[in-house]
Order: sequence, then C-alpha cells, then structure tokens
Amino acid sequence: MTETFYDVLRRQGISRRSFLKFCSLTATSLGLGAAAAPRIAHAMETKPRTPVIWLEGLECTCCSESFIRSAHPLTKDVVLSMLSLDYHVTLMAAAGHQAEKQLDEIKKKYKGNYILAVEGNPPLNEDGMYCIEAGRPFIEILKETAADAKAVIAWGACASWGCVQAAKPNPTRATPIDKVISGKPIIKVPGCPPIAEVMTAVVTYMLTFDRLPELDRQGRPKMFYGQRIHDKCYRRPHFDAGQFVEAWDDDAARKGHCLYKMGCKGPTTYNACSTVRWNDGVSFPIQSGHGCIGCSEDGFWDKGSFYDRVTDIKQFGIEANADKVGGTAAAAAGAVVVAHAALTALKKAKKSDSAETVTGDK
Amino acid sequence: MNLNAAAAELENNPQTAAGRTVYVYEAPVRLWHWLNALCILVLACSGYLIASPLSSTPGEASDHFLMGYIRFAHFAAAYLFAVAFLVRIYWAVVGNHNARELFYLPVTDAKWWAGLVRELRWYLFLEKQPYKYVGHNPMGHLFMFLFVTVAAVLMICTGFALYGEGAGLGSWQDRLFGWVIPLLGGSQATHSWHHLGMWGIVSFVILHVYAAVREDIMSRQTMINTMISGHRTFRD
Ligand code: HEM
Ligand code: HEM
Repeated sequence: MTETFYDVLRRQGISRRSFLKFCSLTATSLGLGAAAAPRIAHAMETKPRTPVIWLEGLECTCCSESFIRSAHPLTKDVVLSMLSLDYHVTLMAAAGHQAEKQLDEIKKKYKGNYILAVEGNPPLNEDGMYCIEAGRPFIEILKETAADAKAVIAWGACASWGCVQAAKPNPTRATPIDKVISGKPIIKVPGCPPIAEVMTAVVTYMLTFDRLPELDRQGRPKMFYGQRIHDKCYRRPHFDAGQFVEAWDDDAARKGHCLYKMGCKGPTTYNACSTVRWNDGVSFPIQSGHGCIGCSEDGFWDKGSFYDRVTDIKQFGIEANADKVGGTAAAAAGAVVVAHAALTALKKAKKSDSAETVTGDK
Repeated sequence: MNLNAAAAELENNPQTAAGRTVYVYEAPVRLWHWLNALCILVLACSGYLIASPLSSTPGEASDHFLMGYIRFAHFAAAYLFAVAFLVRIYWAVVGNHNARELFYLPVTDAKWWAGLVRELRWYLFLEKQPYKYVGHNPMGHLFMFLFVTVAAVLMICTGFALYGEGAGLGSWQDRLFGWVIPLLGGSQATHSWHHLGMWGIVSFVILHVYAAVREDIMSRQTMINTMISGHRTFRD
C-alpha cells in the first residue's frame, strides 16, 4: 500500500479544510499564485509520501529551532506531520538502537526515494573523529545516507558554506556538504539560521512538486535568495538620500536611518529577512537597529568586522582594508613622484650650472 | 638578436631621426584617451564616495537623493567607460600600429627589453638620455597594459557584476558578469577587489601624469602635444 501525504495528514487529525488552507498558504508563500493551490492539493492527495531524513553534524541546532517556529501554526502542524514520522534526532520519538534501526529501514524501503536534509557539516580531520554519532564518524553516515537519497537539502550556513566551525583556522576541517557529496542534486538554504518560513516553503515545494525549486548560480532557491537585504530594506530611502547612522547613540540611530556606515552587510547579503522577517514577521535585525551581519553569505565569519563598511582583507595583514592598502600604494606613488621630480630638478640645475660656466668661458 | 644589437638598432632608428615629425595617434585614440581620463576621474571620486559616504543630509529622506545622484554619476560614467573601451578595442583592430600597442606586450622582442632596461636606468638617473620611440616607451607600455587594459577588464567585470546585483537575477549584467561574484568569494569580496582596482588605477595615474609631464620636458621627443595633435616631433 502506498501512503500519500494527504493520508498522513488526515491520520494526524488535520481536517480537509485546514489542508486546503495550507495549500493556498503555501502557494502564496512560494510566490506561485492562487492557481497553484489546487495543484499542490492534487499532488499531496495522489503522490506517494516522500520521507525526509534529517541528519545533524557539527551544528548548534539553530536550524531545527528556527524550523519548528514556523510562524503559521497550520504550516507547522502540516510540515511537522510530514517530517517527524521519519528521522530527526531532536524531534523523533525513538532513541538509541531503535532510532538507528528506523533509519536503516527507511533507507532500505525508500531507496533512491527519500529526501536527505542536513543540518551542520562533517569535520574531515582525524578521519572525521570530531563528530561521532551512534559510534561512527558523521562523514560516513552522511555519505551513506546521501548515496541513496533523491535530493539533498543543505540547511543553514554550516551545511551550505561551513559557518563558524569552518572559520579560519578551521581546526577540525569542517567542510560544507556539497564538497563531500557528489552526483546528487543539492539545494542550499543558507543563514544562521535560515528563516523558518523559507525552510518550510522549500520542504513543501520539494515534497509536493517532486523537484527542486529554481536555483541560482550558488545553488540557493531564487524565490528567497534572489535579492539582497538592501534591495528590499525599509530603510533604503535613507540610503538613497544619504542619511546615515554615524554612531549607535546618535539622533539618526533613533530615527531609524540607514546603517550602511555602521557596517551593515545588507548590500552584500542575499536573504529574505527584509521581506519575510522573523518571529511571525515581527522584525529583523535592521528593524531592531542593528546592521545585518551577512550570516547567509559564504564565509561570513572570515570577511572582516561586522561593523566596518570597507572590510579588512586578511591577505594583507590583520588590519588592512582596501583603503589602507590602496591608499598606501597611492601615497607611495605620490612620494616617489615628488622625490623623483626633486632629484630631476636638482640634476638639471647642476647641469645648467656647468653649462653656464662653459658659456661664461667663451 | 641580443640586447646590445637591439640597443644599437633603437639608437639608430631612421624613423626617429632628429627633426622628423610622424603621425602617431589617430583621432579616435586621442579622443578615447581624454574621454577615458575624464571617466576615470568621475569613477574614482564617485566610487570613493560610495564606499565612504559624505556626512548625512538633514531633514526628510524624501527631500534628498544624494547617494542616488552619486551612484548615478558612477554608473553613467561606468557605461561610458565600458563602451569607450569596446570602441577602443575595435580601433585597435582597424587602426594603425600604435593603436594596437595598448593591448599586448611584445615580450619576445629583444628591442622591447633593451628599451625597458634603458628606460629603467634613465629613471634611476643612470643614463644621460632615453631612447626615442614612435609609440610608447617600453616602461610606459608595460604600466599602461597592466593598469589600463588589465585593470579596465577587472573593473568592468567586477563593476558590472555588482551592478547586476541591483539590476536583478536574469538581467543581462547578471547573465554576462554574475559568475564573477562566486568566483571572488562573494559580494563583499567583489566590492573589495573593485575598490582595490581603483587604488591601482589612481596610483598609475599619479605616475603616468608625472612621467608625461617629465618626458615632455626632459626627453628627446614631444609627449603631451602628441596626445593632443597626434603628431610627434623628434628633437635631436
Ligand atoms: C576605473 C573604473 C572604476 C573605478 C575606479 C570604480 C570605483 C569604485 C569604487 C571605489 C567603488 C566602491 C567599492 C566599495 O564598495 O568598496 C565602486 C562601486 C561600484 N562600482 Fe565602480 N568603479 C569603476 C568602474 C565601474 C564599472 C565599469 C562599473 C559597471 C557598471 C562599476 C559599477 C560599480 C557598482 C555597481 C558599485 C557598487 C555600488 C553600490 O554598492 O552602491 N564601476 N566603484
Ligand atoms: C585618468 C588619467 C589618464 C589615463 C588613464 C591615461 C592613460 C593613457 C593611455 C592608456 C595611454 C596610451 C594610449 C594608447 O596607446 O591608446 C596614454 C598615453 C598618453 N597619456 Fe595618458 N592617461 C591619463 C591622463 C593623462 C594626462 C592628464 C596626461 C597629460 C598630462 C596624459 C598624457 C599622455 C600622453 C602624453 C600619452 C602618450 C604617451 C606616448 O606618447 O607614448 N595622460 N595615457
């Protein structure tokens, strides 16, 4: 017997009415329009249920924490019913050998048909001994589970780029999952953590349509990572007008002017915070008066201070940014020119001195 | 050909005989030179102000558009700069020999190396006089190639990649240049490279203008006037 998502939801006590509401909600949050709602409903009623296995490597569980806080209670119920049945170390009921047995069973029964969601990443140094799960290095479990998966989701900055455990000098050689998994479609949902609604929307899309949403060059879903925070920031008019916060306690800070000069990374960060926001759409960092730290960007821990606009470039020493390096080069060029011009004038004066002596002799 | 033979040939080049005047830079090359200089001036000033904005404007946001205008100046000059560069490449193909120099370094030519050594010694006050050249002297040539041609490609690639971020995914800027951003390690790193590129060009301009003025006075041939009229006269 093949079970559909709809069967599962009904078994979990979700009414048909709630189910349809969920479908239209999902269609809107994915930007697909009203016409997509019946398609989502149809897919969920007819397609066999796709299990999701959720693995956790080196991480802090902030992705899971974010995920279970999906704003709309309906989304939470539905998505959790779809997921928690399977394998999620922090959410599932099973534990110990029982849990591991369950993992094995899903892998066998749904070979090539389950989705693998990875939170955190594997450390590769010392044969992966820095992250042991069920007595084995995480890297082994990850590779094995990925081998039979249909598609892989990289949750958060850890799985996507490496995050803090991969920051220099990266003692455990923590490595983003796309560097160790090959031959599988991987979708990156970066952020530290990613926004709950973004996570649920991505899972729902993949489960209902049985394919990855459209991705950008770096493997992120375009619908949520297609624009920078800056492009949709409600403080953008202050940027365009040239009205900046210059100190944390100045008048401009109180008035909510642009945080560009305080090093806000909104202009260089791709994420949906300025549109979807956080905690039920209540707020996001810039709205609370602090600049964006760029947590969904590759290597954000190693990209210099969170509070500088022109950030340090580590290759040139600890505290050297483009202005210091370049300004020094330009100043050196200027100094060379001045010195050279002075020497040239001196030489010329000497030469004309001796030339005058010659004329004088005549 | 060894360096000494090359040096002798350079010294006795009949083309650069005393009193001779030759047509060197065709009109499009000269026009491009000054237009390009103007674009770079605008780009460097506006670019600097994009990274380190002026002090804040007072009052309502709707009363001002200061950053907007500065960025507009940058982007307008950037388009002009890029289009002029393309036209200059076209002219390198159809123009005379001197129009091509900017786009390659004759590293296999012993005469070029002999000239480079001589030019270096001339700037270190170790030679009484430099050689004469119809086109660029090898040192100028080297610097122009690195800090104008290569740098322009860097600035256009990184600049349009950054522009594509605002223009949006799928815009032609994004499709043509968007690959630059992951290659350089992200948006912030692309800003840093673009910014460093500016300082490279500014350093070049300081040296270039000094060299042009100095050679105009000290060398055996006309310089600044050559970039205005296109003709070069050899003095001795
Ligand atoms: C000689 C050529 C150029 C110079 C000296 C120059 C200089 C600069 C500088 C210093 C910045 C600030 C970088 C930072 O954020 O730290 C900048 C930003 C920028 N430049 Fe250029 N640039 C040049 C050419 C171009 C070109 C050809 C384009 C193509 C459209 C371009 C587009 C941009 C964009 C989009 C930004 C970012 C603006 C923003 O963040 O609001 N630039 N430029
Ligand atoms: C942004 C500023 C400038 C840039 C980027 C620049 C760049 C260049 C380039 C690329 C050439 C070679 C032209 C070619 O082969 O197509 C050149 C030649 C020349 N430039 Fe400039 N230039 C700048 C400013 C100036 C200024 C202000 C002067 C005058 C004082 C000047 C004087 C000359 C002269 C005399 C030549 C001819 C060199 C020769 O005969 O070999 N340039 N410049």
